[in-house]
Parts: sequence; C-alpha cells; structure tokens
Amino acid sequence: MQWANAVVQGVILGGLYALLAAGLSLMFGVMRLVNLAHGALAIVAAYMGMVLVNETGIPPFATLLIVVPVMALAGWILQRTLLNTALNRQALAPILVTFGLAVILQNLMLELFTADNQSIDVGSLAGASIQITPNIAVGVFPLLTFVVGVAVIAGLQLYLAKTTTGRAMRATSDDREAAQLMGIDHRNIYALATAIAVGLVGLAGVFLGVRTQFNPTFGDVTLIFAFEAVIIGGLGSLWGTLWGGIILGVAQVVGAQAFPSSGVLLGHIVFLLVLAFRPTGLFPKVVNG
Amino acid sequence: MTSASVTSASSTVKVRRSTMASYIALAVSIVVVIALAIGPFAFLTKGNQQNLVTLFIYIIMGTMWNLLAGYAGMVSIGQQAFIGVGAYGVVYAADQMGVGPIAAIPVALVIAGVIGYLVSFLAFRLSGGYFAIGTWVIAEVIKLVTTQIQTLGAGSGISLTAFSGYKPALRIATVYWMGLASVVIAVAVTYLLMRSRLGTGFTALRDDPTAAATLGVNVTRSKRIIWVAAAMGCGLAGALLAENTLRVQPDSVFSVQLTATMLFIVVIGGIGTIEGPILGAIVYFALEHFLVDLGAWYLVILGIVAIIMVLFLPQGLWGLISGRGRISLFPTGYRLMSNQASTTPVANASADTTA
Repeated sequence: MQWANAVVQGVILGGLYALLAAGLSLMFGVMRLVNLAHGALAIVAAYMGMVLVNETGIPPFATLLIVVPVMALAGWILQRTLLNTALNRQALAPILVTFGLAVILQNLMLELFTADNQSIDVGSLAGASIQITPNIAVGVFPLLTFVVGVAVIAGLQLYLAKTTTGRAMRATSDDREAAQLMGIDHRNIYALATAIAVGLVGLAGVFLGVRTQFNPTFGDVTLIFAFEAVIIGGLGSLWGTLWGGIILGVAQVVGAQAFPSSGVLLGHIVFLLVLAFRPTGLFPKVVNG
Repeated sequence: MTSASVTSASSTVKVRRSTMASYIALAVSIVVVIALAIGPFAFLTKGNQQNLVTLFIYIIMGTMWNLLAGYAGMVSIGQQAFIGVGAYGVVYAADQMGVGPIAAIPVALVIAGVIGYLVSFLAFRLSGGYFAIGTWVIAEVIKLVTTQIQTLGAGSGISLTAFSGYKPALRIATVYWMGLASVVIAVAVTYLLMRSRLGTGFTALRDDPTAAATLGVNVTRSKRIIWVAAAMGCGLAGALLAENTLRVQPDSVFSVQLTATMLFIVVIGGIGTIEGPILGAIVYFALEHFLVDLGAWYLVILGIVAIIMVLFLPQGLWGLISGRGRISLFPTGYRLMSNQASTTPVANASADTTA
C-alpha cells in the first residue's frame, strides 16, 4: 500500500511539474527558444505571491489575479526588448541572454529576500486532505495543483488548435517567412507566446510557493524539473509534457520511497534513460505546440 | 609559419598564418611566463601565488568554455561537472591511490576525460538550449552520485592531505608552478587544436554546416573531441582548485556558479578567440577583487554587463582592442596577403572572429 500511495503522490506532484513546464514547452515550440530564466521567473512569482499575502493580507488565490497579469506583462516586455533582439543575433545569444537573466534574477532575490526558506501561507488548506482508501490520503492543495496543471495543458492545446492567434503561433513555428507573407508579424506572435508562457510561470510559481518551501536558488531545480518533463514527454507535445511531468513525479516519489534522500537522483536517472533509449521522448508530438 | 603562394592573373597573393603581431605576442608570452616562473624566488608572496593560481584557474575555465561555445557552438551549463570530477579525482589519486599531489593531476585529468567521453553519448542527443540544460542535469547527477560515496566524504566533502609533508612555502610554490604549467599547456593545446585540421573544420562548420559536412567534416566526431578536451581542461581547473584550497566540498565544486563564471569570462573577454578568455579572466579576476563588498549585487551587475555585451558587443573587449579581429596575437585562421605590401591583408579569412 505504501507503494500505491507513492505512485498516487507522484502523479499528483507530476501535475505541478507539468504546470511548471507548460511555458517552457510553449516558448520552445513557437520560437525554438529555450528560456534558461524560466525557473528563476517561477521563483520571482512565488516571492511576489508571498509578499502580497504577507503585506496586504489578501487570500493567496487572489494574488493570482495580480501575479499572473504582472508576469504576463513582464514576459511581453521581455520578448519585445531583450529576446527579440537576441533572436536576431548569433545562435548562442538567446541562451547566453536568458542564462544571464537567470543569474540576475536569482541574485536580486538573494539581496531582497536573503537565502532563507519561505513559503506562501494558505492557512488550513495547507494541511487539508481527502482520504481515498484507508492508506491513501491526498492533500487538497496538491490535488488542486494537479487539476490546474491538467487544465492549463488542455487549455493551451485548445488555444493552439482552435483560435486564430493559436493558429498563427503554429504557423509561425512551422515557417516564419511563410507566416509573414500571410500578414503575421512574428515579433507580436513571439511576444504573445512569451506573455502566455511567463504568465503561466507566474501561476505555477504561486502554486509551487504554497506547496513547498522555496528560496532564491530554487530556480535552478525548477528549471531542471520542467525541462525533464518536456524531454521525457517529447519536444513539441503539450500532452507529452503532462505525461513527462507525471513520470518524473512518480520516479521521484517512488524513488524516495525505495531509497530515502535519492528521489531527485532517481528522477534524473529516469530522464537520462529516456534520453538514452527514446531521445524523441515517450510521447512524440501529434499537434505542434 | 606556413605560407604558400597563389598566383592569380593580376597579382601574387600569399597565404599567411602568422603575423608580426603574433611573433611579438609569442615572444612577450614567453618572457611573461619565465618571469612568472621565477616569481616565487623573487617578487611573489605566498598570498600573491595563491591569488595567481585562482587567476590561472579562471584562464583555463574561460579557455575551455570558449573552446566549446566559441569554436564548436556548444553552450554547456554543466562544465562544473568536470571541475568537481577533477577536484575529487585529484584528492582520490593523491591520498587514496597514493600517487602524490603532482602525479595526481594527470590522473584527475584522465578521469575527467573518461567521464566526459562517456556522458557525451547522452549529452549529444540534445542540441542548442536543451543541450545546455541537459549538461546541467548530468552535472547534477554526477554531484548527487558523488555525495553518496562514503570514501569521498559523502555530502560534507573531503580534505587533501597529500601535502602534509610539505612546508607551506614549498606547497604553495609547487601548486603555483603546476598552475602556471597548466595554464600554458591548456592555452597552447587549445591554440594548436584550433590551428589544426579540426579547427579549420570548425570554422567551416560555424560558417556553413551543410557545406562543411558535404566537404567531409565529421560533425559529431569533431564535437566529441572538443567536448572531451574541454572536460579534461575543466578537470585540470578543478584539480588545481582542490590543491590551492586543500578542501573539496560538493556544493562548491559542483556549483553551477562555476559555469556562470566561465560564461562571464568568455562573454566579457570575447568569444571565439584565444585572446578573449585570457583577457576576460584577468578582467573578471580584477572585478572580483574590487567589487567583493557588493555581495550578490556583484553578480547582478555582471549579469547585466554580460547581456549588454552579448547583444551589442558580441566580440567582447578583445574585439574592441583588436579592431574586430584585424590584430590577432594568436592567429588560428588564414590570411591572404598581397605581395606588394605584405603587411596589409587584402582579405581576411581569419577564424578569430565569430560570424
């Protein structure tokens, strides 16, 4: 029963990883840009949520109404200023610029908030759980995170498949010049994609901040876990990213059950095994996203 | 050093590799290295020597990261893996295999090279930005595995004891001389590697991968040679780091901050040249000393400077000094010289500047 419980907890943790990975997957899908500041941005959002809860006393979920739009706007500005410029420079520029940005954000947070662990207080919700079987209990908040993760992936998939701007994004991803000939300004599409991605990072960051303790250096593992979810699932596939997150979550929790203190390592090993034997990921892309 | 005559209808053109500047640079380098080598007898205190070893480590780190990113187009965020392997390797070889602190360095180098070779098969499944994070994951795995090994001190690290019979002055000077020899070898090997057929292949790859592959440049094999060379170079830097500080801790020798340092050195100095990372390391080393009181703000400032340089001064400080590659102290490319005025290049096919 312990193992069944570990699997259930792992699946639920995977929802958080998928939520964290959605933005990374989207930005890579649309403009082949790997945002190395992705994890640092999630932690920025977590601190934003924490400060809002602590200073204004508004309910933690209400902070999303501020954090998500602010992060989305920041993403839009980031793309219109730094990243569009970087994409026009040599091939290494976007990687170097986003890594530099990650270093800047992490050290700014260290100066502002110190290296102490923090978390966002959600009161009684933090400890609430639902008893599924006598041996398996699922925390209400982790379950909510999982549901939000699935909803975000589904919503993003629908958005890319059904809406005009979603189609424009896929068109730009497939062939930028041809999309331009059809009247699509790729700079706007890129800015919109980054706004959505960073807005989602904001959402994910607040959930992360409620679920676990965090400090400014947590951006590193956040980026790594999100990346592993994307690669395990298969590049360019959003549903794959959800599955990738779930597999990573299960590997970590079941791994920690088998070898305490090695859960993260076993997650990495599963990732490396996928890389070795199925480098296109377990769920290669069906619809471009 | 090599020169061949090409006769065309109108005038004779010579292909040259070395220039007057490069001969002078070589001579000055030799003088500087000799001066540094006799330094411990004459003008360098123990503190100076230890600081200079840090500078040597920075030069090696920058040179290796530049070899990867500047010449082979591979941005690795996982080079700290090999710093850590080199640091642990030297302690293991010196203390537990008992080969002594000097012979331990080549042993650590070989360990780093072997691990680099093995992980290349995983890392090379990814490219671009995902290659960058993939190398980072590999570094994390190596760190997490290291912290599980009890004989390597597990999570708390390990001290180097092989120097216990040495007097401090001799120990510090020994490490200093090994550091000096290492930096000379690392830069020289990189220079020769980039002047070789391999380096020419990379110039071709960078300029046009399809054309280069068509002409028979074996992309994966070339990249793997560079990757293993850079792993060994970073292992060397890690070995020197362990011998300079006598203490190895997993969280510091496997810190991603080390790769951030390499990136700053290369971006500030100038990517894709031999001179750039040397200049960058000196600038970084100096900035670190002057801005030490700023704490984390120092890295914020460096990050901003690095982004500005990537976007608006991609050739770095060396690019400014050399006039965008017109002067090259360590030329790796070929220049076409007109015979009438053999000091002015008529065309510059230099490999010293990134496209």
